[in-house]
Amino acid sequence: MKLQGRVFKFGANVDTDVIIPARYLNVSDPSELAKHVMEDADSSFVSKMKPGDIIMATTNFGCGSSREHAPLAIKAAGISCVVAKSFARIFLRNSINIGLPVLECEEAVDRTNPGDMLEIELEKGTIKNLSSGETFRAKAYPDFMLQLISAGGLIEYTKNKLKSAGKT
Amino acid sequence: MGKTLAEKILSTKSGTDAKAGDIVVCGVDLVFVQDTTGPLTVRQFQEGHFPRLARPENTVVFLDHASPSPSSGFANDHLLLRQFSRAQGAVLSEVGDGISHQIIAERFAGPGDVIVGADSHTVTAGALGAFATGMGSSDIAVAMALGKTWLRVPETFKVSVSESFAPLVGAKDFILNLIGTLGADGATYKSLEFSGEALFNFNISDRLTISSMAVEAGAKVGIFPSDVVTMAFLDWRGRGKDYKALQADSDAEYERVLNIDLSQLEPMVAKPHTVDNVSPAGDVKGVKINQVFIGTCTNGRLTDLELAAKLIKGKKRHSDTRLIVAPASRDVYLSALKEGYIQTLVEAGATVTPPGCAACLGVHQGVLADGENCLSTANRNFQGRMGNPKSFIYLASTATAIATAIAGEIVDPREAI
Repeated sequence: MKLQGRVFKFGANVDTDVIIPARYLNVSDPSELAKHVMEDADSSFVSKMKPGDIIMATTNFGCGSSREHAPLAIKAAGISCVVAKSFARIFLRNSINIGLPVLECEEAVDRTNPGDMLEIELEKGTIKNLSSGETFRAKAYPDFMLQLISAGGLIEYTKNKLKSAGKT
Repeated sequence: MGKTLAEKILSTKSGTDAKAGDIVVCGVDLVFVQDTTGPLTVRQFQEGHFPRLARPENTVVFLDHASPSPSSGFANDHLLLRQFSRAQGAVLSEVGDGISHQIIAERFAGPGDVIVGADSHTVTAGALGAFATGMGSSDIAVAMALGKTWLRVPETFKVSVSESFAPLVGAKDFILNLIGTLGADGATYKSLEFSGEALFNFNISDRLTISSMAVEAGAKVGIFPSDVVTMAFLDWRGRGKDYKALQADSDAEYERVLNIDLSQLEPMVAKPHTVDNVSPAGDVKGVKINQVFIGTCTNGRLTDLELAAKLIKGKKRHSDTRLIVAPASRDVYLSALKEGYIQTLVEAGATVTPPGCAACLGVHQGVLADGENCLSTANRNFQGRMGNPKSFIYLASTATAIATAIAGEIVDPREAI
C-alpha cells in the first residue's frame, strides 16, 4: 500500500493528553474524536490537515495514558501514517491493534522538514521524501505483529482465530 | 543463565523458558477496565463477537475516573459498564469505592501474578511482585475473552538501592529523581526491577508510589521482589495465602544497573509539562501555587493522609491556595476518618473529594483556570492533564505538597516545617 501526504512535524514526548484530552474520553465515535485531535498542541491542526497527511515526531510519541482513543482519533482524522524516532509502548500496540500505520525511523525524522511531501510503502517499510528525493528505511516489525497488521488488527485476528477453532 | 523477575514470572505463566526479547502467550490472573477506557473495550468486545468473559470473577470494571459522574456523557458510560458487568458477571467496583490500582493492591494483586488493565498505571501492582502492565481497549477486550494475552518479554534495568531516606524525603522523591535520570522514554519497553537490601525501607505504600510511576519513564513494568514487607501487607489484608517467594536470580542478565544511595536524595519537583523535567524543590522555591492536590494512585493512601494531617495540624492552608484531598479508596477514607486525619485536614481548610482519580485527569473536582499553577502528588503533569491546557502542573511528594499548601508557594518541606 502506498501512502502519500504532507508532513506535520512535532517534537518529543507528544502525550496522549495532547493527542486527545480526557474531556473527550466519553466520546467513542471516531469521527467525533477526530474533530479534537492534537487540539491542545495546535488548535488549528484539524483545519490545516488534509486526509492522507502524515504526522512526524521525534521521540516517545504517544506517551502517557493507555487510551486507544488516541490512535483512533488520529486515524479517523485521516492521517495516513505516523513516523517517529520512537513510540511509547502502549500507543504502538494500540496503533497496530486498530490499524493505524506507525513507523519508526530516526533518519527520516532528522531529514524531513515540515510541509515536505512523503510517499510511504508500508510493506517495504520505505519512506521517500518527494521534496528532497531521499529514501529511508523504517525499522521492521516482528513477524507476530505483521500477522496482526495483515489480519486488520487484533480484534479481527482474534475473531478469525476463534472462528477457525469453531468457538463462535 | 539466571532470570530477572520479569523472565521468572513470564516463564511460569507461559510454560516456556522465557528470555528477554521472546514473545510469549500467557494466562492473566486479573484483567480490568475503568470508566474512560471501558466503554471502548466493551465495543471492541462486541465487535469481536466474543461470547463471554473467560473468567468473570477475575474481570473487574472500575468506575473511578469520572466518579461520581460530572456529565450525562460519563453517566451514560457508567450505565453501559454496569449493564455489561451485570450481563457478563464481571466484578463491578462502584462510584466511591476508589481507584482501580489501590483496590487491586488491597484485594487482588500478589507476587507472580500477571495483571493487565486498560489503564497505563496498571504498573502500580508491581509493588506486590506482579507483572502488571497497561494496554489499550482492543488488547484488554481480547484478554477478557480469552483469559490470556501476548507479551514481549522485556529487557530489565536493575535499580539497586542502599542506605535510608533523610527526614521528609521519600518514595516520591526517589521515583521523580529516577525518572529525571532515565528521561521520559529512558525505560521504554523495559522492566524496572527494584533491588537491594535497603528495599526494606520501602513500605507497600512507598512501593506502590514507585511502581505507579514506572510508566512515566516508558517502562512496561516496575517490579519489586517479594519479602517480609510484602508478606506482612498481605497478612494484614487477610490474603496471606497470596504470598509467594519471588526473587531474581543472582546471575540474571540486566541491560543496565543503576545504584541509588537513598540518603543522598532531596525533595524533588517535576515542572511543567513533562515528568522528567525535575529539579530539587529548593530550586523552584517561591513559585506561587493556586491549588494543591493530594491524592491519586501515586499518593492518595493512608500514609499520605496521615503525613499530611500531622504536618498541617494546628495550621491552615494559605488563603490563596486551595487544598484538595482525595483518598485513594473507601478503605483509605474510612481509616483516615477513624484516625482523625480527615477532620484535621478539613479544619486546616482542605476540600475532601470522594475516593477515586478525582482532579488528576481534569474532568471534574478541581479543573484549573487559565494561567493557574497546581502542585499535585499525582504522576503526570502533561499540558492539559488537569483539564486546561493553559494551566501548569508541578508534581511532588505529599510532604512538599502540604508544606506548599501552608506557604502558598513551592517550598522545600525540610526548611518550611
